[in-house]
Amino acid sequence: MTQAMTGAKMVVQALKDQGVEVVFGYPGGAVLPIYDEIFQQNEIRHILVRHEQGAVHAAEGYARSTGKPGVVLVTSGPGATNAVTGITDALLDSIPLVVLTGQVPTFMVGNDAFQEADTVGITRPCTKHNWLVKETDKLAEILHQAFHVATTGRPGPVLIDIPKDVQFATGTYTEPRRAKVDHYRPRLKGDMEAITRLVEAMETAERPIFYTGGGVINSGDAASQLLRELVDATGFPVTSTLMGLGAYPASGKNWLGMLGMHGLYEANLAMHDCDLMINIGARFDDRITGRVADFSPHSVKAHIDIDPSSINKTIRADIPIIGDVAHVLEDVVRLWKSRGRKVNKTAHAKWWARIEEWKKIDCLKYEPSGTIIKPQYALQRLEALTKGRDRYICTEVGQHQMWAAQFLGFEAPKRWMTSGGLGTMGYGFPASIGVQLAHPEALVINVAGEGSWLMNMQEMGTAVQYHLPVKQFILNNERLGMVRQWQTLLHGGRYSHSWSEALPDFVKLAEAFGAKGIQCTDPADLDDAIMDMIAYDGPVLFDCLVEKHENCFPMIPSGEPHNKMLLGNASTDDAIGASGAVLV
Amino acid sequence: MAALNIEKGTSRHSAYDLRDPNAETIETHTLAVLVDNEAGVLARVIGLFSGRGYNIDSLTVAEVDHEGHTSRITIVTTGTAAVIEQIKAQLGRIVPVHEVHDLTTEGPSVERELALFKVAGKGEKRVEAMRLADIFRANVVDSTLESFVFEITGTPGKIDAFADLMRPLGLREMARTGVAALSRGA
Ligand SMILES: Cc1cc2nc3c(=O)[nH]c(=O)nc-3n(C[C@H](O)[C@H](O)[C@H](O)COP(=O)(O)OP(=O)(O)OC[C@H]3O[C@@H](n4cnc5c(N)ncnc54)[C@H](O)[C@@H]3O)c2cc1C
Ligand SMILES: Cc1ncc(C[n+]2csc(CCOP(=O)(O)OP(=O)(O)O)c2C)c(N)n1
Repeated sequence: MTQAMTGAKMVVQALKDQGVEVVFGYPGGAVLPIYDEIFQQNEIRHILVRHEQGAVHAAEGYARSTGKPGVVLVTSGPGATNAVTGITDALLDSIPLVVLTGQVPTFMVGNDAFQEADTVGITRPCTKHNWLVKETDKLAEILHQAFHVATTGRPGPVLIDIPKDVQFATGTYTEPRRAKVDHYRPRLKGDMEAITRLVEAMETAERPIFYTGGGVINSGDAASQLLRELVDATGFPVTSTLMGLGAYPASGKNWLGMLGMHGLYEANLAMHDCDLMINIGARFDDRITGRVADFSPHSVKAHIDIDPSSINKTIRADIPIIGDVAHVLEDVVRLWKSRGRKVNKTAHAKWWARIEEWKKIDCLKYEPSGTIIKPQYALQRLEALTKGRDRYICTEVGQHQMWAAQFLGFEAPKRWMTSGGLGTMGYGFPASIGVQLAHPEALVINVAGEGSWLMNMQEMGTAVQYHLPVKQFILNNERLGMVRQWQTLLHGGRYSHSWSEALPDFVKLAEAFGAKGIQCTDPADLDDAIMDMIAYDGPVLFDCLVEKHENCFPMIPSGEPHNKMLLGNASTDDAIGASGAVLV
Repeated sequence: MAALNIEKGTSRHSAYDLRDPNAETIETHTLAVLVDNEAGVLARVIGLFSGRGYNIDSLTVAEVDHEGHTSRITIVTTGTAAVIEQIKAQLGRIVPVHEVHDLTTEGPSVERELALFKVAGKGEKRVEAMRLADIFRANVVDSTLESFVFEITGTPGKIDAFADLMRPLGLREMARTGVAALSRGA
């Protein structure tokens, strides 16, 4: 069935045909025809944000917590450029997004027209793919292709730039099943020969470890299920990157906690000393490897990743397996079982005994206080009081983010939304809005630093307008804490511009928006205050005044190997050496 | 380690099975990239090289299949084995890229480049330029009493050599197309 309709109507029709329920957007001259179509229907809900960056992060939160692509609609010029940070964030964290931008009419493109920007040029390096649509007849097919590309293979953001005359003109609508998408079909099944080599290695390894990442979450719920089955059946220890938390449950008996720069001592030492490392959907990020030359020097490394460019990028894989996590793990589990479920039990007992020794260091230990709220304590209480609930956690970027990763436990995938690759301050609040929209009944908490939170605070208007009861849990140290920590370690305690003198009164700020504000300064009041926050049916801004000079440990100083980790009682002044100083 | 009988550095998916992955030797490779002939595709490829700090020694592009809207981009690049492998993987993930071939490792191939040389001079020098052009099988495509434009086809090395010879004989301008390359055999 082919149908004639305007480009603007095609956009709405294609979104419906793709099963889109929510669009995050902000109107302007170059997208008015599309907004007019949105006005005349009820199937697709449009959420009016307060800044285009907020729209993109909200769509990321929606996407990460549902596994579905997030959709964004913004105008040309400043609308598009405001979206760029969010799009780049989604690219680095492999989040599927479809971003629609308005553009000046085709006959004015290139004339420095009002609100013209070369959106396709600007976003070429920060999208998985992008299109400038020049004919209405091609629009529908491109829209369907965009959804296909965003969600297939390694997910990522795509952008479609639609000139205003293309929106007004009439063309023929193409249905999803008629759109040509065959050319882009990344391989899902892994090479059986490589999988066999992996299984052989698993059977004999003395010190194996699973190193899992965001790719397990990207692959879908079946991947997490298979990972759990494999870990429990083999008895191997498992650690995860920041992006993969929840794929294996924090309460699982083989869980070592997060690895990396601020990861757990036992996880990092196990990575350093293992003889078989099985990387499942992680990308050997520099927060993980530290000094590459010293990274896990004695291990054979298997690497399962859907993107061939992730393999051998920084760390050489001895057993590379290109494919989708769920597909590959299915084969691994089946083959390992059919070969008799062999593992090197005696060696594992010794391996676990060493791991237990490392755990005794109790690397998350901190100096408790009866008078000041320690940020770690605040998170321990938040965990205790919200555990077991239908809970989603977002974060901003900084120390609070790392403490949240260390002190909160994630039992299921898609429950943890954080900006890992780009490290975008201002991500968490809008992301929490997107999550709450997708899960209206759930408890959605954004663990924030006051610095980050202020970067997209205007979204409180959105939360209030749509009655989204998101809880903004600010660990307020009145410092750009992570920057301050690095200045302690690297710059002789010269705190150049890492604190803000004029912070707002967060309670009044909340009230000004029509939300609830809570302030807590005393550890003795904390539990009640958190319970008030949870009980309130509406957005809450929780200003938790915490210790101002706490450092986040453990920490592997940049440029150092895993076994050179700083622990809480370490002497930290200028702990980062000359070669590490140039690294970020 | 003893318990594992896996050889290190034996990744099968790459052309570098037997090479030392950590070798720092710089290699030159010719890549043939088949792409959809759509707006911006060249910008994507060039943006990849500049954005990730890879080298481009030569780049040519033209449509090769009008019906199928496909173009062939030939890129000559340099880097360590690991960098070349990354370049190929990164090219492969560009959505409109269909195929990436490393002509340097996928068996024997032929490479040709076309160049135009404008050489001006009189007397002895003019005669000598003409004589050398003949040896190099360059064609004269324009001539005045005081100048020639030579057209020459060959490997980049042959063209470099011709340029070196023409310089003292009055080389004024030179235009090169960059390398086009195909694998040998069927
Ligand atoms: C202040 C700060 C500190 C940080 N400290 C740490 C730290 O201590 N520890 C830490 O771990 N991180 C830390 N990070 C995050 C870090 O920067 C990286 O974002 C993170 O480590 C990357 O996670 P990942 O390797 O799981 O890869 P992701 O970015 O999640 O990438 C996923 C990988 O899986 C692949 N993939 C995608 N889909 C599939 C599929 N279906 N099948 C197979 N493969 C697939 C992709 O190709 C990609 O290679 C920090 C970030 C910030 C901002
Ligand atoms: C947009 C942006 N700008 C700058 C940075 C660099 N940066 C990383 S952490 C940080 C401090 C964050 O402070 P805050 O949000 O208060 O959190 P805290 O570290 O104190 O928990 C800064 C400035 C960043 N990650 N993102």
